Amino acid sequence: MDKKKLLHDLILIAVCLFVSLALWAVVALSKEKGELVVVTVNGEEYARYPLSEDREEIIVSENGKNVLVIKDGYADMTDATCPDGLCVRQHRINESGESLVCLPNKVTVTVVGGDGVDIIG
Amino acid sequence: MRIKTKKLALLGMCCAAAMILSYVESFISFGVPGLKVGLPNIVMVFLLYRLGWKETAAVSLLRCVLTSLLFGTVMSLAYSIAGAVLSLTVMTLLKKSDKFSEVGVSIAGGITHNAGQIAVAIAVTGVEEIAYYMPVLAVGGTLAGLVIGVAGAMIIKRLKKVNI
Repeated sequence: MDKKKLLHDLILIAVCLFVSLALWAVVALSKEKGELVVVTVNGEEYARYPLSEDREEIIVSENGKNVLVIKDGYADMTDATCPDGLCVRQHRINESGESLVCLPNKVTVTVVGGDGVDIIG
Repeated sequence: MRIKTKKLALLGMCCAAAMILSYVESFISFGVPGLKVGLPNIVMVFLLYRLGWKETAAVSLLRCVLTSLLFGTVMSLAYSIAGAVLSLTVMTLLKKSDKFSEVGVSIAGGITHNAGQIAVAIAVTGVEEIAYYMPVLAVGGTLAGLVIGVAGAMIIKRLKKVNI
């Protein structure tokens, strides 16, 4: 392989990894335990549930259904009608800023901090 | 535009290979939505180097439409097309600059593919927090692009003698 190109490749890899790992660290460090989850459907707020009490909700949207389970302070998507099932495969969440996303059904579940503080921005 | 029969057959074969690879890939999950190895990109890297960006774009878009029809939804079509257009544009530009090897080109493609999907996800759901996935997806895209680039370079090298 061309040595110059190899060098450029390595620089590209190093820069990409460094920048994304740095951003990752910033995101990871700024996380704290959230107090409630905000459910949106089609970009509009659908419901808010506190993480402190266990519950099971079926989120009905025009595209399908998602089953959201809140247990032991964690929110998890346990079932969905979407074809890919990616949201079900995601891990349970409990820190503010974390979210479960079901793209086919346009459903998102995002953890936010308490006191109605919006974590955006 | 007149396409030679041989080329047409080759493009069809590449499209089929890319579709099979994206089907195989749907069984590989890392627990983060959108994080994929990008196996179909091996075909795109090969096509980009052997034929050119126009043929690659045609196969890539056809691949997106067909896999979405077969295994996905209308929404998955939007995601894959956004990712494909963005990554193909960047890969074409980087290849033209002639400063990177197949591996570098493929890494840039992997990262921008994920960035395109995130952008569509934010536009569709209106939830900006999805952007928090970007660092994870960028690391994933870099590693995936590395693997795909190495594999693609090998295939390009081995098929060099095959007349297209």
